[in-house]
Amino acid sequence: MTAPNPHRRGLLSGLGASLLGLTLAGCDQLNRNPALKAGLARAEGLTQAAQRLILSRSALAREFEAKDISPDFRANGTRRPGEPAYQALVENGFSDWRLQIDGLVERPLALSLDDLRARPARTQITRHDCVEGWSCIGQWTGARLSALLDEAGLKREARYIVFHCADRLDPNAAGDRGLYYESIDLVDAFHEQTILAYEMNGQALPVAHGAPLRLRVERQLGYKHAKYVMRIEAVESFAQIAGGQGGFWEDRGYEWYAGI
Amino acid sequence: MDETTPDAAAPDRRRRRRHSLPVRLTHWINVVALFVLLGSGLQIFNAHPALYWGHTSTFAEPWAAMTAEPLGDRLAGFTKVGPIKLETTGLFGLSDGQRRGFPAWATLPSYRSLADGRRWHFFFAWVLAANGVIYLAWGLASGHFRRDLAPGRTELSPRHLWAEIVEHARLRFPKGAAAHGYNSLQKLAYLAVIFVLLPLMVLSGLGMSPGVNAAWPWTFEIFGGRQSARTIHFITATLIVAFVIVHLAMVLASGPIGQIRAMITGGAGPGPGPAPTPQDGDPS
Repeated sequence: MTAPNPHRRGLLSGLGASLLGLTLAGCDQLNRNPALKAGLARAEGLTQAAQRLILSRSALAREFEAKDISPDFRANGTRRPGEPAYQALVENGFSDWRLQIDGLVERPLALSLDDLRARPARTQITRHDCVEGWSCIGQWTGARLSALLDEAGLKREARYIVFHCADRLDPNAAGDRGLYYESIDLVDAFHEQTILAYEMNGQALPVAHGAPLRLRVERQLGYKHAKYVMRIEAVESFAQIAGGQGGFWEDRGYEWYAGI
Repeated sequence: MDETTPDAAAPDRRRRRRHSLPVRLTHWINVVALFVLLGSGLQIFNAHPALYWGHTSTFAEPWAAMTAEPLGDRLAGFTKVGPIKLETTGLFGLSDGQRRGFPAWATLPSYRSLADGRRWHFFFAWVLAANGVIYLAWGLASGHFRRDLAPGRTELSPRHLWAEIVEHARLRFPKGAAAHGYNSLQKLAYLAVIFVLLPLMVLSGLGMSPGVNAAWPWTFEIFGGRQSARTIHFITATLIVAFVIVHLAMVLASGPIGQIRAMITGGAGPGPGPAPTPQDGDPS
């Protein structure tokens, strides 16, 4: 074989570069194709099935020691809800706040912070993984969700637990669609480490981190850990709630199962 | 032992293609998967363009970061790695007047969308993993690794490796029968990618998943924490990109038309067994 023709080589690298440019432009076109996006989204089901296969229902997220706690735990999403109703709650030290537990339950509940503090509690030092890529370690104390759900008595049709929040994260969205909400299935709802935290690092939960109450669902990413929880609703399906995808970020293209 | 079996060390005289069908298929699937994984990975990285070591993010002092900061009366892009900090306006930190880690041309999609980047990344992560498992199973079962990739003892001698490095530096490549097998440098590079870099890529990816971390805590503990896993994921991706650049340069330098044609059609001639050189003879 003779040495490659230099002109041919130049031609090829030019061709390669324009092919790369075309491919990238093509990727943006593909990325706007709804059928293709639905196809890509199918991997989420595979991921969830694979994780549930290797992840026993009771497997615990790693718990850390007090010395591991991050001094600079970042607050993301809403840091200070602007709604007047919420502001009024803050001014009263959340004494007027009640957690509603309703939907597909036998006995709807309305619990004050003191009521929650009297319920079965758990303290855990865990790592919080934001979907953006960063991690912080914090200590959380809160009421075990499983005990609250047992107290309310889930009806047989209940399949998901929805958390309705006080903060409007998208002020441009119409009606309820701008409000933060999240949902988890019963496997995670009854997990030992799934708590409604009212304390962070031994102090009352700060406003930036979701006062008075935030969800901790330790085996998933940060956006599942709803802050400013006002109401817990047991449902058979979340298709009729807001955008229908089971959460504020899920309605905006993020995975409902956020174990990855 | 079947006595009619030819001596294992003798060159395979059956006419085989230069690249077998499984090698070609898995190669091209890998090309697509790695291309998408790189672009979508950089999109995901751009959501928080900083890297740390350990379990958590020490925001004030990342090990590496891309930032946009004022420089005089303008905004400039900076890239910091360890103690080194360089202005990289137009490439990293700030490009097209936007604060972003990697520039638009390098990310999938080009505009900022972490959600879409994740969809592409995790779909093609499954493609890469399935493709890798098929290739590894086939490579073991068919003898591809033993026959085509395992270097012979003489190939690893410093003298032989040095001779090959000199030949590569002069852009002189084996011709004729010798060109049908992989040379030692090629074997070592492929072995490093197949058995070190790609497995490390998958493992460090799993090390970032909170679900997998709960099921198998060793997936982040072996790296020393989730943020270390993320940093190693990034470094490994960089090494794979470096491999691809050298790989493409070698293809261009050694007759790209013939090389690409062989990777598509399989090419003619004997398979990529060890070149039948005298020193390869085994006295058995």
